[in-house]
Amino acid sequence: MATKVINFLSLCGLTWFVPFVKLASGECPKEQLREILSVIGIPVVSVLIFFAFWSFTAAQIKTSLGNLPGPVAVWEASKTLIAEHRDERAKEKAFYQRQEERNAKRLAKDPQAEVRIRKYTGKPTYFDQIGTSLITVFAGFLIATLLALPIGILCGLNKYVMTAFSPLIQIFKPVSPLAWLPIVTMVVSALYTTNDGLFEKSFINSAITVALCSLWATLINTALGVASIDKDYINVARVLRLGNIEKIVKVVIPASLPYIFAGLRISLGVGWMVLIAAEMLAQNPGLGKFVWDEFQNGSSHSLARILVAVFTIGIIGFMLDRIMVVFQKLVSFGQDVATA
Amino acid sequence: MKPPMLEIVNLKKVYPTKNGPFTVLEEFNLRVDEGEFVAVIGHSGCGKSTALMMIAGLNDISDGDITVEGRVIQGAGPDRAVVFQSPSLFPWMTTLENVMLGVRRVYPHGTRKQQEDICKYYLNRVGLINALDKKASDLSNGMKQRVGIARAFALKPRVLLLDEPFGMLDSLTRAELQDVLLEVWNKEKITAIMVTHDVDEALYLSDRVVMMTSGPYAKVGDVLEIPFHRPRERSAVMEDPRYYDCRGHLLDFLNGHDKDKLRDNPSPSATSQITVSPQSDTNSTEMALGKI
Repeated sequence: MATKVINFLSLCGLTWFVPFVKLASGECPKEQLREILSVIGIPVVSVLIFFAFWSFTAAQIKTSLGNLPGPVAVWEASKTLIAEHRDERAKEKAFYQRQEERNAKRLAKDPQAEVRIRKYTGKPTYFDQIGTSLITVFAGFLIATLLALPIGILCGLNKYVMTAFSPLIQIFKPVSPLAWLPIVTMVVSALYTTNDGLFEKSFINSAITVALCSLWATLINTALGVASIDKDYINVARVLRLGNIEKIVKVVIPASLPYIFAGLRISLGVGWMVLIAAEMLAQNPGLGKFVWDEFQNGSSHSLARILVAVFTIGIIGFMLDRIMVVFQKLVSFGQDVATA
Repeated sequence: MKPPMLEIVNLKKVYPTKNGPFTVLEEFNLRVDEGEFVAVIGHSGCGKSTALMMIAGLNDISDGDITVEGRVIQGAGPDRAVVFQSPSLFPWMTTLENVMLGVRRVYPHGTRKQQEDICKYYLNRVGLINALDKKASDLSNGMKQRVGIARAFALKPRVLLLDEPFGMLDSLTRAELQDVLLEVWNKEKITAIMVTHDVDEALYLSDRVVMMTSGPYAKVGDVLEIPFHRPRERSAVMEDPRYYDCRGHLLDFLNGHDKDKLRDNPSPSATSQITVSPQSDTNSTEMALGKI
């Protein structure tokens, strides 16, 4: 039982908890306590030192929006954001309840009456914005993956294709999202002309920008993974005379999955980083827009709220990375995966 | 007259290098009849594996002809199954799936049940019937090579090519797998060519041992018929007085070429590669020669 839990924790890269599990299962407590002190104690101390340093320096820096907020102010701001979220949800619930009651009354008076159901149009809360950001980054990541995987596989299989794509990859890889966005915006508004489409334009703009910036890591890693498949595997496929499709599906892709997932992991990280900038400019109602609006707003709480967003972005980015690490480990047949 | 199962005529292999073309093999000739088990022995780097890979169609031919039953070979194919030195199983597949992959190519019209039965038959022969659903990555090296053998036989090839199949195994497992191979082969009598640098392995398994001269320009230097009757048993073969004559013949050839080589090119690199199986350690005077 304990071994299973420990294996699962190491799979997720949550090795901090391993000594606790060992302690709970009754392994030599002295050793486990020392382990806990070193794995958890050191990070806790370093974070505390950081907070102290932050708190001290922040108080010294005066901006036009008041003092730079310290940890306490940020903590308060995050509580306010949660409270605002609760209020907004309560308002929304009340709105629908009122609407329902009104409609029920109207129907009771006259069964033929036209009943209109309106959507609640309150402003999105912080958590709605986080949700939007996540959906946008996954959409962009999906587009990137759908483009990068097939091209990467082709590049890895055939050196002429690789030579053909190489200059494009080299040139477009380092381009900033801020440079792509205006072009994407213009192209999208030219091609996506309906106003009642399934997606908001700002969403499409951000997602495509994320895709354009994040697809390179997957593409390059896939090509590298496919090109460096064990030659024996290819020889076996040749002896068995596997068709191209079967060779790719049964041999090439499984053999290069560890590389592919390493690439996907980098891509998702890049995508999440780029997303904030893209949302700021595209006015996609996610975390990027939140930061921008707070900046424009310029109230005395703005900086604290932006710092909440900074931590949120960091923590979500970290969790996304951990999720990808789990996938990467699952397909790596016992090879080691760097988690740092 | 029926053409021989495998015929190699004037085979040549040239690799381009920075210092100009390098000829590994030249005028390599070999004729193998149906049901024959031929071992090819020679020093490391003499081009014996290169020759085998050319027969398999996995390495391009610079000049010369390779024909199987009178037809010139076209690329690689399941009619020339290969047991590679490293087992080369797909670690993401189970034992059964690894064998199935080939069987489904060779018997495309069989039902799934029939295909599975073929795989199971051969996996049973190599002693893996209880490991059908194990992931290949969880098998030991010896078990992996058993799967490799089953996979090759299950293709019902015209020619079976073995590229130092037991080179990566420890000596106990190697002896075990030699017996497994011999047992499956006795049933099927598939024409087989095995590259090895283990003198005892060549003697125990083959009908004929082809000795290759050291490269470059390697060719067939000598051929020795192995007189033991089949089915063979290891202890009987080892006790046969002719065994040591044969063994001496092979070692003399290999050591002779060492000396030639040392005279031509005073690099000691290739000389230590001929190994002698440990089961004969104690009673062989030629051992000392073999270990040089």
